[in-house]
Order: sequence, then structure tokens, then C-alpha cells
Amino acid sequence: MLNHYETVFIMTPVLSDEQMKETVKKFEKILLDKGAEIVHQENWGLRKLEYPIAKKTSGFYHLFEFVAEGSVVKEFELQYRRDEKVMRYLTVAMDKHAIAYAEKRRNLRKEKAAAAPVAEEAPVAEQPATENTNNE
Amino acid sequence: MAQQTDIKYLTPIAVDIRKKKYCRFKKSGIKYIDYKDGEFLKKFVNEQGRILPRRLTGTSLKYQKKVAQAVKRARHLALLPFVTDNLKSNN
Repeated sequence: MLNHYETVFIMTPVLSDEQMKETVKKFEKILLDKGAEIVHQENWGLRKLEYPIAKKTSGFYHLFEFVAEGSVVKEFELQYRRDEKVMRYLTVAMDKHAIAYAEKRRNLRKEKAAAAPVAEEAPVAEQPATENTNNE
Repeated sequence: MAQQTDIKYLTPIAVDIRKKKYCRFKKSGIKYIDYKDGEFLKKFVNEQGRILPRRLTGTSLKYQKKVAQAVKRARHLALLPFVTDNLKSNN
């Protein structure tokens, strides 16, 4: 049965931008080779981690949303574990609400990107500071 | 033998009437809680990064489970801390 999945992984910050893109490409290729259809992908760039992982305080985040057989996930995660550039990963099966949300989020991001095409690569813009962060 | 004093108030005393808590997800029709949005999930954890009980936030059971799941996923991806101090004052 085909399912919707979403996977986020964190690469070490020691990589150069090019190496990072290469790694992403590699995983994209693995997914495509296994017959998955990539619906969407996002690069969050270099982000600060909330707690250190492997003595690193930041990492490159990347997200894939894909449709595939369940068995693909297991093989794909094995590739994560084999690659030492990947510090963390998380794959989640999406239900119908998640899919709807992802679509909405995508459109929102697209609009935002269209509104400010220069600010696209800024990773800080990823988390818009909401006014209620200081709520008691 | 306490002396009873007859105090008269000009304005009625403000008896604090507690606002009824409600589940924000049910109220605003949110069906899915995103684990990728760390800022949003910070509303459901305390200063040390622990998940707040339903008793305080008023979230319904159905959504509290989802909140908990999302917070735990966010922690795994280092979008939320497992433990800290002053989570809310440092940004």
C-alpha cells in the first residue's frame, strides 16, 4: 500500500554548502531509486540545535515529503544510519490531516517566498517570531 | 470575641470569576499539530521544557495526546530542549 511519509534529517555543520547539497542529492536519488515519488522538499539551512548532538550545536536540516511503499522507509532509514554525515533523522507517516496541513504550509511558504524573494535563503526567517512567545 | 464590623462597599467586590478553560484546537478547528513548529509548541511546555498538563492548558484529551506526540518529536529533532532553564525568557 502506498503511504504518505515525511522525513526530516540533520546533517553535521562541518560540511560545506556544496557537500551538504551533495548529501541531499544522494538521499533524493536513493528515494527515487526505490520508487518513491517526492512530493515536496525543503531545506531549512543551518539551524541552531536546542541541545548539542555529538558535540555540535548546529546542523543542516532537510525535509522530504514522499509517497512510497512502507517497506521503502526501512531501507531508506538504513541509509541514514550508514551515512555518518547524518546526525539525526525522523520519518513520520502522515494521516489525512497531516497531508492537508503540509499542503497549506507549502502554499504559505510559496506566497512568502514570492513576497520576499531575497530572504529565501535566510534560515532565521524559518521560524517567524510570534507575539505570544512571552506569554506567562 | 471578634468584633463584627459592618463594612459597606460602594462598588460590588470583584469576586474573581474564573474564565472557563477551553480546548484551543477544538475551538479553532486545528486538526493537525506540527512537530516542526517549535515556537508554537513552546506554548505547551513550561520554563524547564516539560509538557504542561491538561489541567492547566485546558486542551482536550484527544489533542493533548497529539501535543505530547508533537513535543516529543520536536525534542528528537532538537527543535525543543529536553530540559533547560528559562526557556521562555531567553528569546
